[in-house]
Amino acid sequence: MFRILKKTLTTGMLTERFKFPKDAELEQLGIEIKQQIDRRFSGSLAIRQVDAGSCNGCELEIHALNNPYYDIERFGIHFVASPRHADILLVTGPVSRHMQTALLRTYDATPNPKWVIAVGDCAVCGGEFGESYASCGKVANVIPVDVTIPGCPPSPLVLMSGILGLMKG
Amino acid sequence: MSTQHNDWCSEFLTRVIAAGIPVTHIEKSTFDIWQINAYDWQQFAEFAHHEGLRWSAGWAEQRDAQYLVNACFEKQGSYIVLRATLDEAAAELPSQATVYPAANRSERHTHDLFGVKFTDHPDPRRWVRHQAWPEHSYPLRKDFPAAGYPEAVTPPDMNYPFIKADGAGVYEIPVGPVHAGIIEPGHFRFQAVGELILNLEERLGYVHKGIEKIAEGRTPESLARLAGRVSGDTTVGHAWAACQAMEQAAEISIPPRAALLRGILAERERIANHLGDMGAICNDVAFIFAQVHFTRLRELWLRSNAKIFKSRLLMDCIIPGGVSCDILEADCIVVREDIKRLRKELDQLIPALDLNTTLEDRLYTAGFLSEPIAAAFGALGYVGRASGQTFDIRRDAPYSPYDKVAFKVAAENQGDIASRFWVRYKEIIAAMKLLEQFMQQLEPGELTTPWQIPTAGAEGLGIIEGWRGEIISFVRFDSGNTIARFYPRDPSIINWPALEKLVLNNIVPDFPVCNKSLNGSYSGNDL
Repeated sequence: MFRILKKTLTTGMLTERFKFPKDAELEQLGIEIKQQIDRRFSGSLAIRQVDAGSCNGCELEIHALNNPYYDIERFGIHFVASPRHADILLVTGPVSRHMQTALLRTYDATPNPKWVIAVGDCAVCGGEFGESYASCGKVANVIPVDVTIPGCPPSPLVLMSGILGLMKG
Repeated sequence: MSTQHNDWCSEFLTRVIAAGIPVTHIEKSTFDIWQINAYDWQQFAEFAHHEGLRWSAGWAEQRDAQYLVNACFEKQGSYIVLRATLDEAAAELPSQATVYPAANRSERHTHDLFGVKFTDHPDPRRWVRHQAWPEHSYPLRKDFPAAGYPEAVTPPDMNYPFIKADGAGVYEIPVGPVHAGIIEPGHFRFQAVGELILNLEERLGYVHKGIEKIAEGRTPESLARLAGRVSGDTTVGHAWAACQAMEQAAEISIPPRAALLRGILAERERIANHLGDMGAICNDVAFIFAQVHFTRLRELWLRSNAKIFKSRLLMDCIIPGGVSCDILEADCIVVREDIKRLRKELDQLIPALDLNTTLEDRLYTAGFLSEPIAAAFGALGYVGRASGQTFDIRRDAPYSPYDKVAFKVAAENQGDIASRFWVRYKEIIAAMKLLEQFMQQLEPGELTTPWQIPTAGAEGLGIIEGWRGEIISFVRFDSGNTIARFYPRDPSIINWPALEKLVLNNIVPDFPVCNKSLNGSYSGNDL
C-alpha cells in the first residue's frame, strides 16, 4: 500500500501537463467541448462505441482518450455500456455484412436525440476494405452519419476535435 | 530455413514413405513442400502427431481447375508445408481436426470459402459464413466476384446450432456481438449454473471483411498496406510477415539496416501492446491504479513512435523490399531514454503489483490452462509461454535481425492469468534488451532493395514472431506483379479455442479478465 501511495503521489496530476505550451491546443479544445456540451446536455455526454468491422486500430486510439493525458471524462464525455444510455454512437470500421443488422439494431436502440460519428478512414469512406461481398463499406451506407473523423487511425487529439465538430454542427 | 532442418525431418520423411504414404518432396529455398495424395491427408496427420509435430496453419487456393490444400507443421523450428491437389469435381479430403484440434476452425474456414469438404470432420458446422453469402456459394473461388451478390440488409445469423446444455438450474447467457466495452464484436454463449461456467462457445466471424478476396490482384505495396490492417494492433507483425513472403517469392533480400529497423518496429509494437494489456488485465479486476499507470506508459511510448516514425501505431512503416522510415541519431537517443525511463517506472510499479493482495486473490489460479491442453491446441505467444510452451521463432527459427542477437524466451508454467501477466512483463524486459542490441548494430545503409517482379506462380511463406506469437503469411503471385493468393494466419486463430477451455469452472464475472489475459484478435481471426 505504501508503494502504491508513493507512486501515486510522486506521479502527481498528469492532466496538468496540458498547461505546457506543446499541449495547450488540447486544453483549449477540451474546454471548448465542455462549453458546447454544457449547453446541450447539461455537462454530460454519453458515447456508445460500436466496432462494426474495424481492424481494432481505431479502438486502440479511442481507448487512449481515457488515459491520464487526455482524460476525456473530465469534460463530461463518458463511454457507456449500452446504446440505451447513449447520446452518440461512435462507429468504427467498414460495416461488415455480418455486423450490418447488429449496427442497425444498435442504432434503433439509441434514444433520440442521437448523433452518429464515423471514426477512421474505413468508417468514413470504406478505407482499405471498401465494398465487397463481405463489407458494406462506409458507415453512411448503413445508418445516417452526422460527423466524420478521418485517419488511419485518427489520433486522440483528432478524435477530440471530431467530437467538438459534432457539437458545433 | 532448409539449411537448419534437423535430422528428424529426413528420418521422418523416410518413415512416412515406408508406411506407404507417397510423398513428393519439393525443396524450396526457405521452406519445404511435401506433396501427398488427398486420401493420405489424415493418416499423415496421425504420423505427424506421433512424431510431435505442431499443427500451425491451414489454407487452400484455387489454381485453374484444381484446389491446393495446405497444412503447415513445425518441429524444433523447422517448417513443412503439406500439400494435396484436388480436382474441382472431387474437392474433398479426410479431416486432420480429429488428430489436431487446432485444425478444426481452419478447415471450417476453408470449407466456407472454397467449398473444399473435409470428411469425418468432428464439427462440420459453418464457421466464418453467417448470412452474407448462401450455403452453396464460395467467395474465394475464382468465379465468385469480389462484389458478391449481397442483399440490401444482410440478415442476422439466427439459426446457428449452438451446443445446448440441459439440467436443473442450468441457464444460458448470450453475449454480443456488440459488447459493453470498447472492444471488437463477437458472440459468446455461456452455459452456467449459478455463477459457475459449465461451457463456453465462441461464435466469431462478425468482422469478416473478405481480406483474402480483396487481396487478389493487388500490387505488392497495396498488399503490404492491407496486411498492416489484418489486425490493427499487429500492423508491424502482419506487414512484416506479408513482405517477407513477397520478398521470398521475388527472391530478394532486404538490406541489413532495413532488417534492424523492422526489428526495432516489431519490438516497439510488442512493448506497446503488452503495456496496454497489463493495465487492462488489472482494470478487469478493478485495480485501477495499475490501469492508470500502464495506459500512461503506453501513451508515452506511442508518442515516441509518432515522433520518430510518424505513426503512433507504426502503420505502413514496413514496405516490400524494406522500410519506409528511418531512425536518425537523435531518434536513437529518444529510444534509449524511453527504455531507461520505462525500466525505472517498471522497477517502481512491479513491486507494488507483486505484493498486492487484490491482484493475488483475483489473478492466481484463475483462468487455468494446463500444459497438455496448451500443447494439444498448439497455443502460441504469451498464452503458450505461460503454460510451458516456450516456442519462439525469434530463437527457434531466427530470421534477420534476430539471428545476430542474444535473446532469452520469457516463460512461466502455472498456466493462470497471473502467469500470462508475468510473461508479458518478462517479454517487455526482453524486448528492451533486443531494442538496445538492434540500435547498437545499426550502421548507415540502404533502406530498401529494388523490387524484382516475381515469376507467375512464385510463392512465399512469411513466418514472424508477432507480439501475440507466430504469424504465418502465405503469398502467391500471378503474372504482372499481382497477388493471386494471400492468407495471413494470425496467432489468435490458434489461441481462441484455448479460451473456451481456460474459462471452465471459473465464475461468469471473471470472464472479462480471462478473455483479456488471452486477448485474441477478432479481426485477425475473422479476416
